[in-house]
Amino acid sequence: MPEQIAVTVNGATVAVAPGTCVAAAMMIAGASCRSSVSGELRGPLCGMGVCFECRAEIDGVAHSRSCQIVCVSGMNIKTDA
Amino acid sequence: MRSSNSQFDVIVVGGGPAGIASAVSAAQSGKRVAIADDNPALGGQIWRGETVHSDPAARAWISKLRESSVQLFPGTRVFDQPVPGTLNAETLDGRVAFDYGKLILATGARERFLPFPGWTLQNVMGAGALQALVKAGLPIQGKRVVVAGTGPLLLAVASYLKKHGAIVVAVCEQASRASLAAFALGLFAHPGKIAQAWELRGELAGVDLLTSAWPLTAAGNQILESVVISSKRTPKRIACDYLACGFHLVPNTELASLVGCRLEGGFVQVDDLQNTSVPNVFCAGEPTGIGGVDLALLEGQIAGLAAGGHRAAAENLRKQRAKLRSFARSLEKTFQLRPELKRLTTPETIVCRCEDVTLSKLRPHGSWRAAKLQSRCGMGPCQGRICGPATQFLLGWAAESVRPPVLPVKLRNLTYESDQPKGELASVM
Repeated sequence: MPEQIAVTVNGATVAVAPGTCVAAAMMIAGASCRSSVSGELRGPLCGMGVCFECRAEIDGVAHSRSCQIVCVSGMNIKTDA
Repeated sequence: MRSSNSQFDVIVVGGGPAGIASAVSAAQSGKRVAIADDNPALGGQIWRGETVHSDPAARAWISKLRESSVQLFPGTRVFDQPVPGTLNAETLDGRVAFDYGKLILATGARERFLPFPGWTLQNVMGAGALQALVKAGLPIQGKRVVVAGTGPLLLAVASYLKKHGAIVVAVCEQASRASLAAFALGLFAHPGKIAQAWELRGELAGVDLLTSAWPLTAAGNQILESVVISSKRTPKRIACDYLACGFHLVPNTELASLVGCRLEGGFVQVDDLQNTSVPNVFCAGEPTGIGGVDLALLEGQIAGLAAGGHRAAAENLRKQRAKLRSFARSLEKTFQLRPELKRLTTPETIVCRCEDVTLSKLRPHGSWRAAKLQSRCGMGPCQGRICGPATQFLLGWAAESVRPPVLPVKLRNLTYESDQPKGELASVM
């Protein structure tokens, strides 16, 4: 079992395998990605950086595409819900 | 450093099979070659995660790439060509400009999504998307998955998920059994593909493989709980954790359009040596026609050799390409969308997910442009990459001009006159 790395999703610590993308870490944490214009909670759709549904605030950078970014130990992730 | 410039003889945009083959082939002639790719790691959508180690072709090409002089720029998104011969790209740290002599576009394809009630629920996603997320760490062990849509990707995804412990409840392919049988017969011209197809069949033993079947609705409280499948005229509700649903692929042609390449039927037009209509700009792989990894590798080699000045070597590969193109044509025929799928989208169904625009708000408009102006359809951050192909199928609208930046870019990366950081401007989508 490779060593897990810890990230924070909406204040809660989540342990993930090295190489895990932020979108997967958010799903493991049970977090939605964003709240849509009409208030629907959304999750990833395309998994390849095209649809922008998975955007979240990652280490203070808003609107980051979480499916395109790999988790780094101590990363702070905030989502709409 | 927020901003930098790099000069190359050949720039390849896209680091999937076509891009890797292009770059390796171009670098053989001693040219300075670079690959810029959106993703954190090269390999594209198909050679991702452990596939890089398990697929012999992937292993071979990636080791050729590592041994070559090609410079790699992962996590680099090309968003503009301010003047011919220069590309601007955004990285996680800032901006980079590439000056090129020759440009090879190997921008790949994305899944086509069709809107149906419930498709915006969490855990309804593309077939390739779920596979990509599992490769990137999403646990799938013991989860119930319905795989649906159309195209050869469905079986590959179902097999991958099953191998990783998912309970694949059903695979729903909208194409008919007769059409798939004709396709299978055609595979005799492509022995390698038969072996792949047999392997998949074996791996999917025990999985319900439905043809002429598609999802009618997905239901759940914010998150998917069940899907109703139309099969043999009797709708059937299936409880599941994920619906992995993609309707074959559409090419990523935005950058080709931006640099002025001629498109026909949605694909970039190329000659025998993968030259586009724009001098010094080549295109290889899915943007020239959805043909899969073997054709992408071959077109990549042709483009790379031609861009590197090895015209004769490039010409030698033309016959092989013609054969693989015939496979691409049979793919297109087999997995074309049946008109009944247009009825999946109800007036209340959201078509544009970025701006939450429903079909009823789109219908009154006569064109993509009018709908954009009046309803904000296609005006969100995906810039119509998801709803564009859907409205094309549903309403017959063709996407019009492409404007820079072809991707949402941070404001500070658009104001790049000097190498000095400009201070923290607001980050805009």
